[in-house]
Amino acid sequence: MSKVLLKNGRVIDPANGRDGQFDLLIDGDHIARVGRDLPADGARMIEMPSGLLVCPGLIDMHVHLREPGQEHKETVATGTAAAVAGGFTAVACMPNTAPVNDNAGVTGYILAKAAEANLARVYPIGAVSRGQNGEHLADIAELKAAGCVAITDDGRPVATAMLMRRALEYTTMFDMPVIEHCEEQTLKGDGVAHEGFNASALGLRGIPGEAESIMALRDISLAELTRGVLHIAHMSARQTLDAVRYGKSRGVRVTCEVTPHHFVLTDEMLRAPVAYDTNVKMNPPLREAADRDAMLAGIRDGSIDVIATDHAPHHFDEKHVEFDHAPFGITGLETAVSLCFDRLVHAGVVSLPRLVELLSVNPARILRVAGGSLAEGAPADISILAPDLRVIVSAASMRSKSRNTPFDGWTLRGGVAATIVGGRAVYVNEAMERDGFSRAMWG
Amino acid sequence: MKKDLLSIDDLTRDEIHLVLDTAEAMREIGQRPIKKVPTLRGKTIVNLFYEPSTRTRTSFEIAEKRLSADTLNIAVATSSVLKGETLADTAMNIEAMAPDMIVLRHASSGAGHLLSRICRSRIINAGDGMHEHPTQALLDAFTIREHKKRIDGLKVAIVGDLLHSRVLRSNVLLLTKLGADVWVCGPPTFVPSGIERFGVRVSPRVDEAADGADVIMMLRIQQERMQGAFIPSLREYFTTFGMTRERVARAKPDVIIMHPGPMNRGVEIASDVADGPYSVILEQVSNGVAVRMAVLYLLAGGAEAD
Repeated sequence: MSKVLLKNGRVIDPANGRDGQFDLLIDGDHIARVGRDLPADGARMIEMPSGLLVCPGLIDMHVHLREPGQEHKETVATGTAAAVAGGFTAVACMPNTAPVNDNAGVTGYILAKAAEANLARVYPIGAVSRGQNGEHLADIAELKAAGCVAITDDGRPVATAMLMRRALEYTTMFDMPVIEHCEEQTLKGDGVAHEGFNASALGLRGIPGEAESIMALRDISLAELTRGVLHIAHMSARQTLDAVRYGKSRGVRVTCEVTPHHFVLTDEMLRAPVAYDTNVKMNPPLREAADRDAMLAGIRDGSIDVIATDHAPHHFDEKHVEFDHAPFGITGLETAVSLCFDRLVHAGVVSLPRLVELLSVNPARILRVAGGSLAEGAPADISILAPDLRVIVSAASMRSKSRNTPFDGWTLRGGVAATIVGGRAVYVNEAMERDGFSRAMWG
Repeated sequence: MKKDLLSIDDLTRDEIHLVLDTAEAMREIGQRPIKKVPTLRGKTIVNLFYEPSTRTRTSFEIAEKRLSADTLNIAVATSSVLKGETLADTAMNIEAMAPDMIVLRHASSGAGHLLSRICRSRIINAGDGMHEHPTQALLDAFTIREHKKRIDGLKVAIVGDLLHSRVLRSNVLLLTKLGADVWVCGPPTFVPSGIERFGVRVSPRVDEAADGADVIMMLRIQQERMQGAFIPSLREYFTTFGMTRERVARAKPDVIIMHPGPMNRGVEIASDVADGPYSVILEQVSNGVAVRMAVLYLLAGGAEAD
């Protein structure tokens, strides 16, 4: 296998306490050495342009790849192409496909598609309940054996406390997280937007933050009862963050994630720039400034463990309807890194090592998968990021099959230079061409 | 004026007064033996109604015909929204036939905004979901101004199902823009979150809202709201919030009682109030035609079109 020496990049590897200029030697599919002034020793040498960061591969633990069954929205191939273009070396994909990923057959199908695409690593997440119907547990041990790294009924919260209790209890034998989309269905009702002034002004039915926090509190109590491993998905309400802090303070095994859109946007987006834009309709909904600010505070103080995108591609036709009728969700894989740099790093909310923890170290730890580290011997999954790159978001040129993003046309500071999976460059940003970096990366 | 009338927010204070002044002139046309002027001759107006409507559709149609526009009514059963053509496709098809205006009634809030992004035709919102019904607020303002000679400084109490009412939202925007002291009143289950940010007073006590009011505007209670457990019973609603003669007596002696219709007698309003001396409910209906004529005329270009 060939050797590649990444020369003199700024290595940010909090798992190994590194933040500084280092050389990194890739040997085949793994990292052979990290150090200063490493000899070329027959390796192909790539000089890192100044300012680029060499980070452990980013992992998006909340992605909808839509395959099987909804290939008009996304496929494993297009979704993983979007992932690597967004700097992610791995994604965990949600089970609400058609059919639902509630059995080893579907898991195997997704993994076969991922192997065929051969871009980002794909970690399937299985269903909690058969058909995500909330009645009977899915065959969780078989899902685990087939390659699922967690279970969730994402999109449909686990409605009964009893089934959630059983899921948390059952999975303790594998130390496998149960991921919950927290939403008390009767309180959500037929709501389509955050309950507050903006929804009221637009005549949209509201969903209060408590619809989320009530279920988070229920699940945290159940995790305490069972000693199960709970992960709260796409948190949006300040009350939910308080619930997670409460759980953590009691030693409950609970972690949580937030999406870039929930720490960047608010429900003001419902009214302007485009009133009733269905690309700001997602579940949980964009909430008010106090919630957005609470998410930033949670990222800053460490209460929030992970940034995940909830990448939810939908076809243009599905979104080109009345706000009430449009499906919930926006894409996220190809905008997350830019939003994180622009709104978190350059805004002084987090340090670079902390950002790498949120996007790489912690997702790997929570899902119990390889990654999150540039240790010698680790898989060579590496994200090379360009914190000062000027990025103009263009929905039309995205790799995802869908275009449903509210960030189209935004100018952001920070982006992706290249993505390496298993020692192989799978994405190099064309904007880096002028430095000769692109040619060097592709080899 | 803007291209479309989707919300009262599309109109400035001056434009609202212009609509109301123009409506005065339009009303005169309706009192002639031959109730027709050639103002909109050669203009095509499509009345696209996705919800059943008697009053509003008829009112628009009469207004259009009095202005000599060529009008066309399309009534779409609500169910076909789900199984048939999308609103966007319907809009593009209608647009392909080059109408000048589309009057849209739709069950989804913001449906007019979607149409407005697709169509070059001017869009008039004739009621979109729980959002707005701007021509209703304009005809209400016209009726109030006629009786009170002003709107600025009046106490207007709006009582009923505030949450689901598009009439409420348009009236609140218009009346606060023109300087009225607006009170909204209903059981807390019917009060939209954050409504005080509209600059209104909120009270669950109908006596307080009615006290010294110049105008009392009742909103319809929809029977189906019972299922959502918003209120315990229609009977209790009437005893707690229904507009009775006793409650009207708390208002100013020259109070006017309004209702956008259709009314539920004995639920939100007692019959003797609806039919009583203070009621202007049927005047609202008459004024609707004149106000819609004014809106159509001004959106078509007003004096420039003459």
